[in-house]
Amino acid sequence: MSTLLEVSGVTVSFDGFRAINNLSFQIGEPELRAVIGPNGAGKTTFMDIITGKTKPDEGRVIWGEKSVSLLDMSESAIARAGVGRKFQKPTVFEDQTVRENLAMALKNPRGPFDVLWYKKTAQGAEKIEEIAEEIGLTDELKRRAGDLSHGQKQWLEIGMLLAQDPRLLLIDEPAAGMTPAEREHTTDLIKRAAETCAVVVIEHDMEFVRRLDCKVTVLHEGAVLAEGTLDHVTQNQDVIDVYLGR
Amino acid sequence: MERSFIMRNPSVLWFLLALAIFTLGVTILSEAFGIGGLSTSFIKTLGKTLCLCLIAVAMDVVWGYCGILSLGHFAFFGLGGYAIGMWLMYARTEEIVVNSLNEGAIPPTQQEIIDGIGTQIFGVVGSSEFPLIWAFSHSLGLQLLMVVLVPGLLALVFGWLAFRSRVTGVYLSILTQAMTLALALYLFQNDSGLRGNNGLSGLQNIPGLDHLGQATISMWFFWASAIALGAGYVLFAWVTSGKMGSVIRGIRDDESRVRFLGYHVESYKLFVFTLTAVVAGIAGALYYPQAGIINPAEIAPIASIYLAVWVAIGGRGRLYGAVIGAAFVSLLSSWFTGGGAPSIPLGFYTIQWTDWWLVLLGVSFVAVTLFFPKGIGGLFDYLVRKDP
Ligand SMILES: Nc1ncnc2c1ncn2[C@@H]1O[C@H](COP(=O)(O)OP(=O)(O)OP(=O)(O)O)[C@@H](O)[C@H]1O
Ligand SMILES: [Mg+2]
Repeated sequence: MSTLLEVSGVTVSFDGFRAINNLSFQIGEPELRAVIGPNGAGKTTFMDIITGKTKPDEGRVIWGEKSVSLLDMSESAIARAGVGRKFQKPTVFEDQTVRENLAMALKNPRGPFDVLWYKKTAQGAEKIEEIAEEIGLTDELKRRAGDLSHGQKQWLEIGMLLAQDPRLLLIDEPAAGMTPAEREHTTDLIKRAAETCAVVVIEHDMEFVRRLDCKVTVLHEGAVLAEGTLDHVTQNQDVIDVYLGR
Repeated sequence: MERSFIMRNPSVLWFLLALAIFTLGVTILSEAFGIGGLSTSFIKTLGKTLCLCLIAVAMDVVWGYCGILSLGHFAFFGLGGYAIGMWLMYARTEEIVVNSLNEGAIPPTQQEIIDGIGTQIFGVVGSSEFPLIWAFSHSLGLQLLMVVLVPGLLALVFGWLAFRSRVTGVYLSILTQAMTLALALYLFQNDSGLRGNNGLSGLQNIPGLDHLGQATISMWFFWASAIALGAGYVLFAWVTSGKMGSVIRGIRDDESRVRFLGYHVESYKLFVFTLTAVVAGIAGALYYPQAGIINPAEIAPIASIYLAVWVAIGGRGRLYGAVIGAAFVSLLSSWFTGGGAPSIPLGFYTIQWTDWWLVLLGVSFVAVTLFFPKGIGGLFDYLVRKDP
């Protein structure tokens, strides 16, 4: 397992408030990592930095074998480099069908003229079927994404990530608002994805994290409070104070 | 591939069929080529309406599909008109000047001809010199190139600056209004090189075709406008279908999500903005020879706002909606403002439609926005019932 992403000494302030404070973080490929922390700990902001949505005041974000800095790249270039992101609230293109949503995410040349002259391929269709099967939406391919249930939208969004063929998946609260059965399916999806690429999952729900059965990073006030197995971090006195203190 | 695109979009075929039938009907009723039920001036109105439909389709693509509420596309329309108008005026004036100079004893020199044309064209703004921007006006080919290049380049530069700085929403709309206003104000000046508020006139006289008469020429332009509308419709139907359509509708609905999928959103916006501007320029180049005159008032900010109103009333996000909106509202508008509609006496007050038409249009716009967001085009959804 080699290091895929290295975040070091990153600091972000919003109007003087330090949302991220000298944060360092590493993940290898493949690896599954859960990030937990109380509300406002800076978990989403952390993902904003990696994906180029927020530029940090200080620090470095280094990517891949060639150690390129993600800080100099645009959001779309970072995505093309292999970082896929699922947002906290499900964002799929509601007006378009499930198939169209997945097709848009498929890994293909992304320039306007490539897309204009794009021709559907058999491999593309196959890949879409494969992913639909994986996320359990095979029968919904022709439906408008807006007509899906909340859980199905979350899965579609995960499916769109898979279609991108990413090397790093950033998943923000995938299980929020899901029924227990749906949660289980989601865990399976994430674990399978983590067999081939690096996956970071933000989650509040401890049960969900326990089922992921992976290394856990605890964020608090924009910095790493503890890191290790779930049992290890939950026995950490600082973590107990933070969680009980809320 | 082309076949499957048409197959997947049967509405394109229906539209082309309707357009062909309409064109045939008008031809049969024309003075020049048929039984003569329609006056030449009405043919011109219909031809101009087709050009307005074309720019409305372009507007629908940039706004209805890509979510960029441009309130400046009439600037591109006007620039197309000016570009073709320069050749029309130059070549026509040249004919007149050469004819009158030839009546003298000695044949005129080239310089005398040029000076004569300059005096004729720029006399109204107290000049006789050709400004630099008229450098290509002698050549139809080059000016036709300008019809495409000038609006295209302006859109490319403006769009690049605006999209790169991530100007969106109402701020972008205001910026496009500022663009068309600035251009109009510039053209209003006498030293703009385009005859200030006089604009370019006599554009209905096509150089070398005087012998044909307006009845015939009007039909030629009508056909050209119909072909341009048909071709533009197919082009935009193609652009908005398939994966490209998927991406630009995605940009409309959630642009940052598209960005995180790895698409460079700004390039897509620039592509759509520029392509629609070029088509708007072509529409303008066909419109103004039928109108006969173009002046800076044509590209006043309000013109582009009307364009958005047509598309909204017709139903944005569907190309035929834009065509219906532009045709319906602009024809209705000329009926009302041209005194065609009878006034309504209320006893204490008489509603003169020339004054009240704008109020009616405004009220319809608000009503459509509030109660029928799909516009007139939305009625087709009842006709072609799709299974959910
Ligand atoms: N764009 C912004 N401008 C100002 N403050 C911000 C901005 N984004 C985040 N913050 C602040 O930064 C802090 C961290 O926010 P963040 O969304 O990263 O938390 P989180 O850990 O994802 O919380 P939650 O569990 O509620 O999703 C919060 O106090 C938030 O108010
Ligand atoms: Mg969050």
